[in-house]
Amino acid sequence: MSAEAGQQHPLGIYYKIWILLFVLSSFSYAVDYFEVQGAMRWSLVILFMVLKAGFIVAIFMHVMWERMALVLTILGPPVVLLLLIGFMVIEGNYTSETRYEYRGHDRDAVALTPSDLHHEEEEAH
Amino acid sequence: MSEAALNQAAGGVDGLVDDWSADKQAYHVPWGKAMMWIFLVSDTFIFTCFLTGYLNVRLTTTQPWPNQSEIFALSFGGDPIPLILIAIMTFILITSSGTMALAVNFGYRKDKAKTFMFMCATAAFGASFVGMQAFEWSKLILEEGVRPWGNPFGAPQFGSVFFMITGFHGLHVSAGVIYLLVIANRVRKGYYDNKGYEIVEIAGLYWHFVDLVWVFIFAFFYLL
Repeated sequence: MSAEAGQQHPLGIYYKIWILLFVLSSFSYAVDYFEVQGAMRWSLVILFMVLKAGFIVAIFMHVMWERMALVLTILGPPVVLLLLIGFMVIEGNYTSETRYEYRGHDRDAVALTPSDLHHEEEEAH
Repeated sequence: MSEAALNQAAGGVDGLVDDWSADKQAYHVPWGKAMMWIFLVSDTFIFTCFLTGYLNVRLTTTQPWPNQSEIFALSFGGDPIPLILIAIMTFILITSSGTMALAVNFGYRKDKAKTFMFMCATAAFGASFVGMQAFEWSKLILEEGVRPWGNPFGAPQFGSVFFMITGFHGLHVSAGVIYLLVIANRVRKGYYDNKGYEIVEIAGLYWHFVDLVWVFIFAFFYLL
């Protein structure tokens, strides 16, 4: 565990985490493939993302074996970013709500897809 | 070093207090590793600012956000498979993270041949990732007409966010490929025989970080 001796660990743990990352990525992709939508989609995608990120940082980047002085230096500062994200969510929701409310934008507008566009190529606007 | 080793007896919070109050070196890791970590923390801020900017424009735009699943679909002869190119890129990057972890491990075992081989494999996966990204960009620019200021699908911010975030990440991958090849070549020449192989771990930290950023881009930009 001493950092002086370097981060030497049995190979087995890397193989296990490697496989786990593959499985978690497949799950993420499956969420899209099977068109899971709404709150379920958000929770699943974010759950798999957090697990993947956690395993990469903890095992591949060896953070779980580092001394607390370094661990806190790495994981401490990014916590303020959560605050930034929180503020921007509040601000963003307020802005969009104001725009819908006072500028008359359509809340239910649907984006076009490549297949819509390629089928309509002849009758171009 | 022996004094440092003595202080390291204490782990956890006691160790934290020890490391910071001992009036000497606070991080008991090679200086290059501490510097790499500080660089990566600053890079985390840059990427989070990009992603937060994306969050904000996506929340505030009143035009519909384009459907990524269909835009990044790819057809291999039959019906287009949704998001398949991005899924392949994700798997390539994870594979490269695995080979990098093995390179670090063999580096500490002083197995130069295997370290060199796995670092080159990692760089090759990284280069193929950049190649697929170039394909993805040219498809979006030339076939779909996506531009940083607009696109035919919906919210114009889609293009600017896409080019900025994936472009900056792609730049990191390209730089990582060069970095890995330089270090791999030095490993092969025996440059680190006396210095120790911490450098492989330091290069590995950078590479895993690039993979880590992709995990967030994959989730927030492509899936949600």
